Amino acid sequence: MSPDQLTHRRTTAEGAPGSSVADGRGTPAARRPRRRFGSEHLGRAALVFLMIIVAVPFVFPIWWMITSSMKTTSEILRLPPSLWPESPSFDSYRQVFELQPFAQQYLNSLYIAVLVTVGTMAVAALAGYAFARIRFRGSNALFVLVLVGLLVPSEVTIVPLFRMVNSAGLIDTHWPLIVIPILGAPSVLATFIMRQFFVTLPGELEEAGRMDGLSRFGIFARIALPLSRSALAAVAIFTFLKSWNLYLEPLVYLSSKSNFTLPQALTQYVDAYGGPIWNVQLAATTLTVIPVLIVFIAAQRQFIQGLANSGLKG
Amino acid sequence: MTSITTAQPDRPQRRSAWRRRDAATGYAFVAPAVIGAIAFVIVPLGAVIWYSLHEWNVLANTFTFVGAENYQHMLDDAALHDSLIASLWFSIGVVAVNISLALFLAVLLNQRLPGTTLFRVLFFTPVVVSLVAWTIVWGFLLQADNGINGFLAEFGVTGPNWLRNNVTAMIAVVVVQVFKNVGLNMVLFLSALQSVPEEIQEAARLDGAGAWRRFFAITLPMISPTMLLVAILTVVGSLETFALIDVLTDGGPGTSTTVLVFYLYRQAFEFNQFGYASAISVLLFVIVLALTLLQWQTRKRWVFHES
Repeated sequence: MSPDQLTHRRTTAEGAPGSSVADGRGTPAARRPRRRFGSEHLGRAALVFLMIIVAVPFVFPIWWMITSSMKTTSEILRLPPSLWPESPSFDSYRQVFELQPFAQQYLNSLYIAVLVTVGTMAVAALAGYAFARIRFRGSNALFVLVLVGLLVPSEVTIVPLFRMVNSAGLIDTHWPLIVIPILGAPSVLATFIMRQFFVTLPGELEEAGRMDGLSRFGIFARIALPLSRSALAAVAIFTFLKSWNLYLEPLVYLSSKSNFTLPQALTQYVDAYGGPIWNVQLAATTLTVIPVLIVFIAAQRQFIQGLANSGLKG
Repeated sequence: MTSITTAQPDRPQRRSAWRRRDAATGYAFVAPAVIGAIAFVIVPLGAVIWYSLHEWNVLANTFTFVGAENYQHMLDDAALHDSLIASLWFSIGVVAVNISLALFLAVLLNQRLPGTTLFRVLFFTPVVVSLVAWTIVWGFLLQADNGINGFLAEFGVTGPNWLRNNVTAMIAVVVVQVFKNVGLNMVLFLSALQSVPEEIQEAARLDGAGAWRRFFAITLPMISPTMLLVAILTVVGSLETFALIDVLTDGGPGTSTTVLVFYLYRQAFEFNQFGYASAISVLLFVIVLALTLLQWQTRKRWVFHES
């Protein structure tokens, strides 16, 4: 998806990063006095039941992914399907690492995502800060130039970028997956979010820093940056997820299995006829999804707020 | 603007020296972003337009200027028309299902029922799951004789071969995409719902308006600007869907789920027609640009509503 929609999602969601856009709880004043005690109770119970039913297609795929990954090859093909493996086995998890250099691929995804996240945070914080707080000739024009990136879906420029990477001799390396996201269109949303945050900083704080003899960089690093933690966290979350889930670019740039990233590697667990080896594929998928899920559950408020504010999709 | 620049008016020399240095710092700060924008956005964008005027086959190593020939070819490329139709169906399906489901979930979560926080997390979970992982799991669920159909068989129902039939394959990609992303729109709707003033609802209630009437006469109009925006954002998102198609249906059966982005990928990286693929890229860019401009228009309206 393109970052431009992200921006406006964020503005729709109305709020600086950290505002409680996604807070499910309402204000206490919003509570209505209860009427018609019995029927209201029944109605609410029915609604909870409805919510449980609706949750099935959201939760069941993840449940089935985990349980099926622990099934043997024969059990996974058996009918009727079982909701819990007969004799849970981790054999498929062993095969995940035997069929492909999965540990290497995992590491690839991880280090690329970490570098992209750190790099994007740095580029976006610096540029966002300067566009918001420093007066220099042409700053508006340069800002508009950078914002063009929000209008360009990554698919539109994949052909010229491929050619660029190819003539630089960087095909089948991780360079394009690291450098282009940090400097190119994907980081523009981060710059925009940081700018929107820094615009709201009270000028007095910086003034005080300047009186204390801080340089501009000192003001940025010691005063502005520490205050921008919530915006930076939002940037970090959606940048990491975007890189971790990147699919088209690795598909285009990488060719050897030891260089693959996870989304690409997951599709490679196929038999000689191209059919998926389900239990192994699902085991690899589980290994990819679980760490992210754990972090999400641990910090769900930050995730939901950060993503709603920035609006990461697909 | 910053108040720094207005500081110390009694010492103009120091002030202008600070300013000069400050401007230099400003350029240094924005340099990575600006250079990146030029190198990886502006130049490629110009290049793709330039390439689109060429016959460029990587394998045959040809690169000849052909003017508007690629665009001419678009007019009678039946496969392209099919992919535009597939994109259209996919986008309509995704928007219709996503918006109504997101609104439904947001309204449910807005009822302050027990467990709301938990359900909000559950509905949001697929958003953080990698799209490829999510798609693989759904591919497993949508097998011909196992998965969902395996459960259906328990009840004596023979499910369709979801991914091998034009219509059900399209339904499948729409549904998988919607469940993946609906949590995000749900959260946006939820915050819109919570900004509807309770007093208006209360007043309507006292006037005897029922829950449905209140929803359609008050809530819906009040959140309609958000709805319009979310709709456009969802369309743009659906236009850029690649991984889902590649992993779940590979554009098939036939070309029934070959959406524009997938067709673009095929032309470039399977058929090596980089020139034609560039022309398709330009088409995609124009469509997304038009939608984005439309979105800005609606955003103005939204801001107006807020103030």
